[in-house]
Amino acid sequence: MTTPIKRDKPWLMRTYSGHSSAKASNELYRTNLSKGQTGLSVAFDLPTQTGYDADHPLARGEVGKVGVPICNIGDMAALFDQIPLGQMNTSMTINATAAWLLALYVATAERQGASPAQLQGTTQNDILKEYLSRGTYIFPPAPSVRLTTDIIAYTVKNIPKWNPTNICSYHLQEAGATPTQELAYALSTAIAVMDAVRDSGQIGADGFEQVVGRISFFVNAGIRFIEETCKMRAFGEMWNKLTQERYGAQSEEMRRFRYGVQVNSLGLTEAQPENNVQRIVLEMLGVSLSKKARARAIQLPAWNEALGLPRPWDQQWALRMQQVLVLETDLLEYGDIFDGSPVIAAKVKALVDGATAEMARVQEQGGMVQAIESGYVKRQLVTSHTERMRAIERGDLKIVGLNCFKETEESPLTGGKDSGIMKVDPRAEREQIERLNAFRAKRNNAEVKAALANLAETARSGANIMPASILCAHAGVTTGEWSQTLRDIFGEYRAPTGIDIPANDDARGARAVAIRTEVLKTGEAVGRPLRLLIGKPGLDGHSNGAEQIAVKGRDVGFEIVYEGIRLTPEQIAKAALEEGVHLIGLSVLSGSHVEMVEDVFNQLDKVGLKGLPVVIGGIIPENDAKMLKEKGIAAVYTPKDIDLNGIMVDILNLIRKAHDLKPVAAA
Amino acid sequence: MTLALPEPAALAAAVSGRDRLALARALNLLDDRRSAARQCAAAFLDALPAEKLDNGGHLIGITGPPGAGKSSLTAALIQVWRRRGLKVAILAVDPSSPITGGALLGDRLRMHASGADREVFIRSLACRGEFGGLSAEVWPMSLAMLAAFDIVLVETVGVGQKEIDVSKMTDTTCFVAQPASGDSIQFLKAGIMEIPHVIVVNKEDIGMAARKTLSELKNTLRRQMDPEGWQVPALSASAALGSGIEQLADALNGHRDWLLARGQFNARRQRCQAEWLVKHLREEFGRYGIGLLGGEDALFATLAEAPRRSPIAEYEVLRARVIREIKAKG
Repeated sequence: MTTPIKRDKPWLMRTYSGHSSAKASNELYRTNLSKGQTGLSVAFDLPTQTGYDADHPLARGEVGKVGVPICNIGDMAALFDQIPLGQMNTSMTINATAAWLLALYVATAERQGASPAQLQGTTQNDILKEYLSRGTYIFPPAPSVRLTTDIIAYTVKNIPKWNPTNICSYHLQEAGATPTQELAYALSTAIAVMDAVRDSGQIGADGFEQVVGRISFFVNAGIRFIEETCKMRAFGEMWNKLTQERYGAQSEEMRRFRYGVQVNSLGLTEAQPENNVQRIVLEMLGVSLSKKARARAIQLPAWNEALGLPRPWDQQWALRMQQVLVLETDLLEYGDIFDGSPVIAAKVKALVDGATAEMARVQEQGGMVQAIESGYVKRQLVTSHTERMRAIERGDLKIVGLNCFKETEESPLTGGKDSGIMKVDPRAEREQIERLNAFRAKRNNAEVKAALANLAETARSGANIMPASILCAHAGVTTGEWSQTLRDIFGEYRAPTGIDIPANDDARGARAVAIRTEVLKTGEAVGRPLRLLIGKPGLDGHSNGAEQIAVKGRDVGFEIVYEGIRLTPEQIAKAALEEGVHLIGLSVLSGSHVEMVEDVFNQLDKVGLKGLPVVIGGIIPENDAKMLKEKGIAAVYTPKDIDLNGIMVDILNLIRKAHDLKPVAAA
Repeated sequence: MTLALPEPAALAAAVSGRDRLALARALNLLDDRRSAARQCAAAFLDALPAEKLDNGGHLIGITGPPGAGKSSLTAALIQVWRRRGLKVAILAVDPSSPITGGALLGDRLRMHASGADREVFIRSLACRGEFGGLSAEVWPMSLAMLAAFDIVLVETVGVGQKEIDVSKMTDTTCFVAQPASGDSIQFLKAGIMEIPHVIVVNKEDIGMAARKTLSELKNTLRRQMDPEGWQVPALSASAALGSGIEQLADALNGHRDWLLARGQFNARRQRCQAEWLVKHLREEFGRYGIGLLGGEDALFATLAEAPRRSPIAEYEVLRARVIREIKAKG
């Protein structure tokens, strides 16, 4: 008989989920837990993330789409109905409104009878990366960093098992960052946050080690899993050194690099989407093989993420991938299998050296906040992503099914009645608004008013925002009210777009030159240079696509008007009119494309621009694409359209068509 | 393809009636290089109400080095003007790529404060590598905007000494200085840079450096006088905090009142048009062409006396004269 083998404790297994309503999400969570999931990861919808109630005009089409709508404590209580928060470990992907959602969570736990000290979980609470990727920021950097600081100071004192901030390199990779850039910018962000906590004076010098120990990271893992393994080891080394040297943390325990992971979505393909399963599994290896640099929590995307919203079955498959690795393989039986490897050590050193140099460049500019405000970091990311896109376009970077081995049998996975994705119930938005109105009607308005006045006073005085926010939660304040109160005091912010990068070699390539010649000739034929408006309507901040099209458009000779993320359809129509553009390109990745297109067309009509060609890009299922074309959209582009030059020719010909000119075939 | 041109008089009437779609079309027309469109544009400009173009509104130029915060200052000024009930149009000039001819027009983003306000109209222009960084369309487009808005502001990116080019084609020029950067002061001292009508040091929120720059500017200005006798105010402001913006708006308006009080307002507008014409001729025919018309001084003198005409029509007259002279010599 063999002795039982000693195995390491497995990491927390989660699935990033939430949709439609608190009630529907609660059911999903309880099902997932019963299937062996060991923690929760809450996805909030965009109105909740950007501080709007479900009935705000900007929320139209977005309620319940990419996550669960939480407007008040009633929703939060429903979300965790029959889930004892005293025992749960909950991760919340929430940033600009993190203080508010944490307040709602604490208040809900209190109503369940749990004390704050019992609570375990994570608030993402990394606003700086929102300015670079993802885009759910609200306030300018200074007050945003203050809110982050308040949450850290509050939780270290009152919710000691909470991870108050998850510094994210995840979204940097999604925005195009190289491993070196990920390391450099995530650690620079950590410096900005920890310096702010230290300088706020909310935590004494003797307690600062606790702060260091509570900072955790949220990391991405791409397909180059050896390099990713090295990246994780580099993170550990650099963090250990940084916390010791800069913040004087003595305890090795407190200096340990703790991180959770969601593996890469950027590399998942819409073409032959079943191949994403292999990709996801390989990516998981990068953050689990090396015991020394192993993740504390892993959540995996679903294979069909590039097609639309995953169904419960798709999420179950993602969970099962983790369970097979943890339970069936021998991974957890060994110590670190990379220690002593000179190949790994050399790669780690190269990453550390590169990242250290880039961190020095950021510090020279005054730190991460300044380097973001000046547009420096965003330009670096847009440059990296542009290079990646061009490499895919040229075929130098191989992606199976996308730019090689494109022939495929018909997939039984996507052939079903639902085309292999979930559709959010179209009634979700209306029902959420009804619930919100009912909630408002029942609450004590005097109490709400007093709680909001107290919140405003706290925001102005500089005192910690958390106690006032928890009071608001209990009083029945809504997400929109909490946010508006702070908007009025802190103001709102627009981040640099980073697209003002120099033209690269492709802009001088034969194809670009050929297209440019046709663009200029068409401009002469229609009387003036061709202008495109790139518009991102709605609350979705995923701007990679819009940025790449803008840069490419400039490089083939178009004049590009791009105003960044989160525009109302009314603003888009206004800009189209004032700027005299020849075509509008919309970009929507939140799934609200149908509503957005309807609204943009209505607004164009209103200002007298009916008939102006409009194209759209985004994660748009085929059936929706058909519907959009019926509504008048001239062309639909999805992630499988990687030939940006081809898109430019397409756009040029749409403009030519609108002016009764024959199409050109710029090869 | 069909070339559908608007009816000039109707378009002019609609623009002065503050029809936004008509203004957008007029700006497109003024950007149109085809000869039929040029004629239509000339007729359109001639049909605009003379009193607005001669004495109406306030045409302001704002310039300064990259990164000085021109766009955010403009956004802050828009707020102040809107609170005062003034309707504002902006012409934002961005550089275009010398390699591709394409351009990223990013000023709208930086001025986002205008939101959905229908009394604010922003048109971006790529300078298209010509006209010393100031797009040739700026002057005719300014006129169209003046017919419909109370304030027309032209924002140009300034590079080194050229940054003041816009001053020749506006009623009032505002220079935005970057704190802790001595360049602008050096240019002023050396007399290389034309003196603007208002100087503002932005980012006063950063403290010491801004105060120091302001006092250096004041010292420099004390020793220099606007040739026409206008005392150039130097102020500090912060677009980020919204401080000093009311004072800046007052200072800009002060220069307008000063021009009006001295009866020079209309003369300045005429001079602006002359500057545009001469610059345009120089672009097309070089100094040789100007020489054929008797040289710059004589040309300015003639233009100061000439009856008011749309810049495009006037240009065609001058252009025809140059060509005639060239042919006569040939």
